[in-house]
Amino acid sequence: MLLEANGVVSVRGERTLFNGLNLAVEPGQLWQVQGPNGAGKSSFLRILAGLLPAQAGQVHFRGQSIADVSSQYHSELLFIGHKAGIKPELTAIENLEFYAAIQGHPLTAPPYELLEQLGLVGLEDIPAQRLSAGQQRRIALARLWLNSASLWILDEPFTSLDVSGIDLLHQRFQQHLASGGAVILTSHQALNDLPVQVHTLALEYQFE
Amino acid sequence: MTPAVSIRTHMKALIQRDLRVAMRQRSDLLNPIIFLLVVVTLFPLGVGPEMNMLARIAPGVIWVSALLSALLGLERLFRDDFRDGALEQMLLMPLAVEWAVLAKIAVHWLLTAVPLLVLAPLLALLLNLPGEAWGALWLSLLLGTPVLSSIGAVGVALTVSLNKGGALLSLLLLPLLIPLLIFATAAVETAANGLSPAGPLALMGAITVLAVVLSPYAVHAALRVSVN
Repeated sequence: MLLEANGVVSVRGERTLFNGLNLAVEPGQLWQVQGPNGAGKSSFLRILAGLLPAQAGQVHFRGQSIADVSSQYHSELLFIGHKAGIKPELTAIENLEFYAAIQGHPLTAPPYELLEQLGLVGLEDIPAQRLSAGQQRRIALARLWLNSASLWILDEPFTSLDVSGIDLLHQRFQQHLASGGAVILTSHQALNDLPVQVHTLALEYQFE
Repeated sequence: MTPAVSIRTHMKALIQRDLRVAMRQRSDLLNPIIFLLVVVTLFPLGVGPEMNMLARIAPGVIWVSALLSALLGLERLFRDDFRDGALEQMLLMPLAVEWAVLAKIAVHWLLTAVPLLVLAPLLALLLNLPGEAWGALWLSLLLGTPVLSSIGAVGVALTVSLNKGGALLSLLLLPLLIPLLIFATAAVETAANGLSPAGPLALMGAITVLAVVLSPYAVHAALRVSVN
């Protein structure tokens, strides 16, 4: 078992987002967390990543509580949230250099092949803030190619991506799953095009 | 398996990135320094060019304006990182977050205190500070600025998620920085009177060590609350 959540409860303000949520992720699985806006999908992902404390319940990584093994957990985790952590003042290459270095795969040369694959060639000298939303998202997602984390937690990775971008991401997911990794993501789109089994966890909007 | 990445690599990558970002926002960087210079040059015009009077108020004027100018650019420490999500990524680094915080504080010190230390002799000259006190002024700034950066980081970490944290930040920090101001001006004044400033400077050194060592823990705790 790669990641296991037992009876996770989250209360934001006065409202209970979810009460007793369970999830068990095996290597090679892709999980989609579904639910309407405000149901707590992002909060759930942040609890799984260890960014947000749960009011009750535990999250275990390889059988150990994520709070106890946070260094090991975070070295095997890639989390890309709603705000992707791309510095708008820096270029694509400078942003990727930083993440490659802290993910343990320092770049020895600019990753032109990857940039070409992601359609970012010719834009490498432009600060990210002057690129479109979709292009910025592509920079953030380029991190998926520059790491060897076993667990990916992605909050709305397909937002602002065009069809070719979504295709690329699907291919990368497949590679990752085939090599024994796991993906947990939220998305409002159905993942029908993805040629792997998609496990789903549905959250409902709670009115209390 | 992810290769182990050392604390040094992480801190180096963070410092490098933050310096790069700062170099792209030079006006943000220059504003506090210009503010400081303007305040110090306006004082002789405001209170009159009487040399003795200027020499007497010089330590206080220089330190108060250094303190206020430090507060000016302080929010930048975590605000942008909070907005673009880099802060979350920092909390997810596979190392004790305190090290990353220390790197952020170090960058802030490099960008705000080093220009101040370079300008200090000019400020002393503008306010006719006696020659004997120049060394004490410089040492007090060298010892005091790490305290500004590290206690400031705690304040920013607490207020970063608030929309209008600016005013609250000053209210929160100024009382904490008053002891620093008292010891710093005391050191410069004793030196100006021809006495040894070792006493107040030693106390400042103690405050510096305490602030730099303990603040990363406080910042970490505050950031965990702020990113919620």
